[in-house]
Amino acid sequence: MNLLRQGYVTGPALGALWLVVLSVTVSVAMSFATGEAFRPSIVLSLAWGAVAGAGMVAFGRTRVVQLAVLAVMIAVIAVGIGPMETGADTGAVAGLIGAVVLGTAFAASLAPFLKDVVSGPLGRHEFEAAIIRFLTGFGYIFFTAIVLIPFYVMVMTSLKNQSELIQNPLDFSIDFSKGAELFRSYNELFSDFNFGTYLFNSFVISVTTVFITLAFAIPGAYAVARLRFRGQAAFSRSILLIYMVPMIVLALPIYIAFSMTGLRNSFVGIVMIYPVTTIPVALYMLQGYFRGLPSEVEEAGLMDGLSRLAVIWKITLPLSLPALASVSLYVFMIAWNEFLLAFMLLDDPSRFTLTRGIAALNSSEIPRQHLMAGSVVATVPIMALFLGLEKFMTKGLTAGSVKG
Amino acid sequence: MADATPPSGTGPLGKREARLAWGLLLPTIAAVALVVVLPLLAIFWISVKPVALADLRAPEPVLREDLRGGPEVAGDQAQIRYRLRNSSQEQPILAVSFRDVVPEGLLVQSVDARCVLEGRDLSCDLGDWEPGHRETLSIPVVVEQAYFDNDVAPQDSAASITGQSSNVLTNSDFTLDNFARIFSGDEFFEVLWVTLFYTVFGTIGALVVGLFAALLLNKSFRGQGILRGLYLFPYVAPVIAVAFAWLILFDPFSGSVNALLVQMGVSPQAINFFGERPLALIMVTVFEIWRYFPLSFLFILARMQSIDSDMFEAADMDGASPFQQFWYLSVPQLLGILSVLFLLRFIWTFNKFDDIFLLTGGNAGTRTLTVNVYEQAFAVSNIGAGAAVAVVIFGCLLTFSIFFLKYISQEEGL
Repeated sequence: MNLLRQGYVTGPALGALWLVVLSVTVSVAMSFATGEAFRPSIVLSLAWGAVAGAGMVAFGRTRVVQLAVLAVMIAVIAVGIGPMETGADTGAVAGLIGAVVLGTAFAASLAPFLKDVVSGPLGRHEFEAAIIRFLTGFGYIFFTAIVLIPFYVMVMTSLKNQSELIQNPLDFSIDFSKGAELFRSYNELFSDFNFGTYLFNSFVISVTTVFITLAFAIPGAYAVARLRFRGQAAFSRSILLIYMVPMIVLALPIYIAFSMTGLRNSFVGIVMIYPVTTIPVALYMLQGYFRGLPSEVEEAGLMDGLSRLAVIWKITLPLSLPALASVSLYVFMIAWNEFLLAFMLLDDPSRFTLTRGIAALNSSEIPRQHLMAGSVVATVPIMALFLGLEKFMTKGLTAGSVKG
Repeated sequence: MADATPPSGTGPLGKREARLAWGLLLPTIAAVALVVVLPLLAIFWISVKPVALADLRAPEPVLREDLRGGPEVAGDQAQIRYRLRNSSQEQPILAVSFRDVVPEGLLVQSVDARCVLEGRDLSCDLGDWEPGHRETLSIPVVVEQAYFDNDVAPQDSAASITGQSSNVLTNSDFTLDNFARIFSGDEFFEVLWVTLFYTVFGTIGALVVGLFAALLLNKSFRGQGILRGLYLFPYVAPVIAVAFAWLILFDPFSGSVNALLVQMGVSPQAINFFGERPLALIMVTVFEIWRYFPLSFLFILARMQSIDSDMFEAADMDGASPFQQFWYLSVPQLLGILSVLFLLRFIWTFNKFDDIFLLTGGNAGTRTLTVNVYEQAFAVSNIGAGAAVAVVIFGCLLTFSIFFLKYISQEEGL
């Protein structure tokens, strides 16, 4: 441990690891952006990173040293012994851009990492702070990559055609010269695959589910939060238990019952089931919020002669609009994303929801850019809604516990 | 004068309040009973029944009627023809009968011995039908002018036909074969092991990754809100969309990840990520972690931001290093939320169906208990065996829930 806490050890070690992280990141990013061959060299990254780290510790983290690191990086990459290698047929411009990006990122970020790392023994604080800065940098890159790459691939695949995809699976650049042709998959989805109908179906079903859920959950949550009755504690506890029942266990008898009564392939059937899966969550979230409201306001209303129901309608609900918004959003999200029940209960293409429609696209005869275009169509509305109302959503999710 | 004592028991006001409370809760209780409790009871019933997928269509008598003979003018002869059959090839239908209304303007000449005609109402008692029974019933009629004037054909008034058939779901055949079937062989233990692996590593992984993400964002800087929103994407997007995106990303023939690995020299040839035995299970677990780390991240971050910062300043003054502050100050504060999250996520991961179903369909050694329900009920078409697996799942959950209820009462939050 003491050996590690020497400036001459910490600096090169962090430099080496950081250059590995960056060269992998830049190689992957450049491969995706240009479709050409970039590959990180782990051994050379470790070596050059250590050299740069040692240099920064020895000569200080000044602008001059940073520029020197940048120059060396670009030079060694150009010569071909750098932390990132390019394929034989990689264009010179792309190679140069990659080298500049990697060099700049490394030179610019290594200096703050090694801010307090001086030659000689380090204090525990300085050492750990440097480690934490390294981990933070790594964390931002790691999380952003794992979250963005699948969505990026989804969007880009939907804009390509079959031969382009097979030819080079790494090429995710957009060819703008194709113009409207880029959106061919989307056109075909809406003209040949009825996605307009599915979008409308999903929307209607989700909105209906939100309203039915609220109609059931608001009175229930109010009763649990405000009124005294025997079994109140047991009741609020058992709401949680309903979360615990897996959907597939319920789906089987529901499938049987719906098959026998002819409710399959009907909106009525779906709208009967969806709200019940969301009522417990909504009730739990709302009762938490209702408890937080000052009961004095309601008591004043009661004293002035309002009935309980009028109190709920005229006092409690207007006060809890933010909670209602987040619960509605959350319920909307569950209903919009629901797959299992839609998959089991809907066979008739005119009644498909979006998720069921996408499942129908998963066949070997339908090109997979259609599948991805369908996924984008299903994802974009819920993302837009979510990003626009992110504050409500995060609050709502943490206010009550949440079904996964 | 008697001593004044506080009232005991429930007064009329209290009673009214309780009545109102139950009134408000009634719709929810009714809905939950109908859609949750009833199906749960049904699962137990079905699990001891020899039910296959095909049995769900109960045998029913089928009737088609039309007018034969092509009458053209009043006074022509014609027949009303009823074509009848049993829809099932395996089961009889008992006491079949039907009623119909003969349209105005058709004068019935004679009726079958089993039928009775009163005015224009025809009712026939056809007795018991063997499996696969078919017959045709013809009723000769003379056509009058009124028939052409009204333009009402015999099939325009639908005949109602009834019969009793024994349904395997409601009769008294019971069997334990379903349970014998799912417990026999090594398959069940493999399923159990896969479920356990998926649940334990999926849960712990999502918690650890979520904790790391929360530590990253537990400071205020520009763009923190955007990053927080971004990191929630995997949880918010429809599962079907992200599952297919993963499948395409990791495709062995044209997936980008394989192309990347080959190009970087990590692997000499393409890897079939979702099709090989140990790898597929690891991949679905990684997917589970990826998809659900946002949830733990959100809860842990919320808890972190409510920790008083004075404590950290004091510790800093006393010379505690960053790691010490994390280990001795943050972790104990987060233990509550972490254990609650662990319990909840454990149960929900155990219950998870969609993700594995979409990624591998339960192939390549990824069949968990929930996927097994679907597999037995729909792929093997044995509804009874599927229900038996569901009963096993329910048993496991009951055990978890008892533990959970005992534990959660001691924990704050949630």
